[in-house]
Amino acid sequence: MAEYSWPSKEDSRLIGKRHTRLDGLAKSTGAARYTYDVNLPNQLIVKALGSPHAHCKVMSVDVSAAEKTPGVVHVHVLRMPKKGDDGVMVYPEIQTEGELIVAVAAESEGAAAEGVSKIKVQYEQLPVFADDDDLDAAIKAGRTKRAGGKITLEKEPGDDEDEEEFEEKEIARLFKESAHVVEGHYGIDVITHCCLEPHGSTVEWKGGKLNAYLSTQNVSKTDDGFAAALDLTADDVDVHCEYIGGGFGSKFRPDYWGIAAAEISKATGRPVKFMLTRDQELKIAGNRPSGYINVKLGADKDGVVQIWDSQQWGTSGYDGGGVSDSVIPYVYRPKNYRRVATSIAVNADPQRAWRAPNHPQACAMTQTAYDDLAAKMQVDSLDIFLKNLANIEARQTAEVYTEELKLAAQLMDWKAKWHPHGKGPRKGSVVDGLGIGLHEWGGVANSSSVLLRVHADGGVSSYCGTQDLGTGTRTVCAIVLAETFGLDIDDVKVNIGHSTYPESGASGGSTTVGAVSESHRRAATDALARLFEKVAPALGAQPGDLEAKKGRIQVKGSPSKSLSWKEACSKLGMSTIEITTNYERGNKTNLSSEGVGGVQMAHVSVDLETGAVRVNKVVAVQDMGLIINRKAAESQIYGAVIMSIAYALFEQRIMDPKTGAFLNAELSDYKLPRLGDIGEIVVEMYEPESQRSRGVIGLGEPPVISGGAAISNAVCNATGVRVPVLPLTPQRVLKALG
Amino acid sequence: MSNWFQEHFSRRKFLGGTGAVAATALLSESARQAEAAEKEPQVRSGEQTIKLKVNGKVHEVKVEPRTTLLDVLRYQLDLTGAKPVSIDGSSGASTVIVDGKPVTASTTLALAVEGKAIQTVESLAGKKLDPVPQCFVEHDAEQCGFCTPGFVVAVRAYLDKNPNATEEMIRNNLNGNICRCGTYVNVLQAAVAVVKGGGNG
Repeated sequence: MAEYSWPSKEDSRLIGKRHTRLDGLAKSTGAARYTYDVNLPNQLIVKALGSPHAHCKVMSVDVSAAEKTPGVVHVHVLRMPKKGDDGVMVYPEIQTEGELIVAVAAESEGAAAEGVSKIKVQYEQLPVFADDDDLDAAIKAGRTKRAGGKITLEKEPGDDEDEEEFEEKEIARLFKESAHVVEGHYGIDVITHCCLEPHGSTVEWKGGKLNAYLSTQNVSKTDDGFAAALDLTADDVDVHCEYIGGGFGSKFRPDYWGIAAAEISKATGRPVKFMLTRDQELKIAGNRPSGYINVKLGADKDGVVQIWDSQQWGTSGYDGGGVSDSVIPYVYRPKNYRRVATSIAVNADPQRAWRAPNHPQACAMTQTAYDDLAAKMQVDSLDIFLKNLANIEARQTAEVYTEELKLAAQLMDWKAKWHPHGKGPRKGSVVDGLGIGLHEWGGVANSSSVLLRVHADGGVSSYCGTQDLGTGTRTVCAIVLAETFGLDIDDVKVNIGHSTYPESGASGGSTTVGAVSESHRRAATDALARLFEKVAPALGAQPGDLEAKKGRIQVKGSPSKSLSWKEACSKLGMSTIEITTNYERGNKTNLSSEGVGGVQMAHVSVDLETGAVRVNKVVAVQDMGLIINRKAAESQIYGAVIMSIAYALFEQRIMDPKTGAFLNAELSDYKLPRLGDIGEIVVEMYEPESQRSRGVIGLGEPPVISGGAAISNAVCNATGVRVPVLPLTPQRVLKALG
Repeated sequence: MSNWFQEHFSRRKFLGGTGAVAATALLSESARQAEAAEKEPQVRSGEQTIKLKVNGKVHEVKVEPRTTLLDVLRYQLDLTGAKPVSIDGSSGASTVIVDGKPVTASTTLALAVEGKAIQTVESLAGKKLDPVPQCFVEHDAEQCGFCTPGFVVAVRAYLDKNPNATEEMIRNNLNGNICRCGTYVNVLQAAVAVVKGGGNG
């Protein structure tokens, strides 16, 4: 078995360098075909009616007028009242506003929309609970359940002591002995994934097989999802996704509307395009749970937290989950802590994984309390963040965080800019402030297989059922292959995005770059070994003495004894090297590993008269092991920081607490930052050899985590007042200022 | 939109795509229509064939009064660069250039742009690649890429009017487009590079 490894930094010709993405031109000129862009001959367009109520029963559905609408070809009822086995009518219960009830297939978008407008549905409205930030109200309404918790104390109770009594007494003692005690309330609202390409598919049947163009971050396994729902086997379903217009954790399944598309296509014998509308995308296609927390912490005279006591709540929709308590407090973990979590069920769509599930909320709910400790002590937040590294629980070390904090402070010019909370100079009505957040993430490589071919004419092609969420997966595959073969990136042809290609894991958990780096490096190493065997006789050498460099196969260190890549491949004669290599997640390897940290610092201005917050500068320092494409890695961090600015200052699901109506489900109202809102962003890769030598670690999620806390802390530093709940809208800032 | 629509169409008499009209050159036809419209209100209804000049080429397309320019581009002309992201145009993803001005094709009715010069992102990738998409590629200003064509067109339209725009001007004026992945830093770098003469080779 070959030993797989990466070339050293000095020997890397392509890895770690800056490369433009292979599909950049297609994306920038409109040539890239997304699911929404796939138009099949004779296709029908589907639009659907969503429930106007957050909680109701569907009593009757009348589609007769819709069916008569010019251009309407087929009406498909998703939630129809019907008689049960016992002869009693069963009325479907709807748990979220927007849930789809009837789908209309028509010749055009306009006709489909008109058909939808003519559907008549009778509902029986049911009581709604939609208030996720009011714990008392939720308890009163019977909408809560215990959602985990943990207590850890250094001291243990005596044999004859009652455990709970001991815990209460011990916690009280620890607070009493604390030099500084901080009590605070923090929170972060529900946001949505808001993929710019809405969820959906274009599908067609061909001889009993389903061809599905699906906007998905799980190309290899969504065939299973279709097959299970349609009573097929996965080999009867081909899923295609060359380009996906955003996923962020929300596009792992065909979803019930994907299944409906397949059913409508079967019923009509025509291809069908069924994409959600914008408001449906926001209402039913993915959201991130909210989190709210009451914290009491006690610290010693140096500001090192000795005791943490928190009660958190929040919602993940009608299934009643929330932010996991396992990451509370975040990164920092005092030796004594108690955390209790309660989940609230509200009449809203269940959560989906959102970029770094649980972490951004946990960071924003807890590292704000650490900053409030600095505020109370009137000491530099950086000192408090550094000192408390004595007690952490994270997948990166305190030493690395220390280095990253120092690096970030330097890039932010922290010492020169910092002032005690609320004590900075006022320019007119504007005050400035600084804040910190730090984060951790896993980023293990997912399982990945690739089929690699090296042809006798020198052609190289790879086939892998992975997908490119926007992270530059295609380019990563090409860089790894080209580096291994000593070729240029353009010399290899990378194929991804089809479920008929060898299976590769879903893009979730920052697992994709590691996955494809593993499979492609392994396959290329194996293929090269085979090629060396064929070429060695011609060079009068042993296969083990050969290397691939600068487009040639040569005797190690002797460029004079060499063949061009093409000449070398011609030694394959009539044969082709064809290798399928598989990497299985979790196997020990030199090529990839897991566990990263990172630090972000924000500098903001706050207008005390209007409550407007402006981000002036964010510094993001990130470790990620070995970088494959530096340019794309930087773009990931820029994007993640901007997404943090989004949930820190702008975006929130505004839900009417009485009716459960999603009030801002259009992009004009669902506020996202624009080009003018981002300030200066400085990205710094922390990559000493000790990190690089760990191999590839996923980067997509970690840099989105700590920006929220950093911005909130900066606003607190500026104003001297904590604005408790993200996003920090002008209204909330003014309310906190009093 | 509805007010605008009423003002321009609903009180006018139906003009229709008669053989006589279809035989006339597009621009003069349009001029004649405009003249007629000034004299007496016109109403147009039902499906009709009109001519649209897209990327320098005249196409016959079938539209109803409710048909958007975006739907015509995407479903009839196979130009899918402009994207359907927001029904109200607030994302800018469907931005195209009409008579030199950026408009969102999702909020523009096809009937409203008869006789006008429509330019889509695809036109920037002709025989010679336009510097804007070229600089987008060089500065990695695309992640998922779904917003990118609209952004490219918006940058092109803005720099056509402001060829010497400063970074500050670009930050202040290119706020009609939303990118969910967060490519703004890269878009800004790309736009600045275009001003500096980048993307010409």
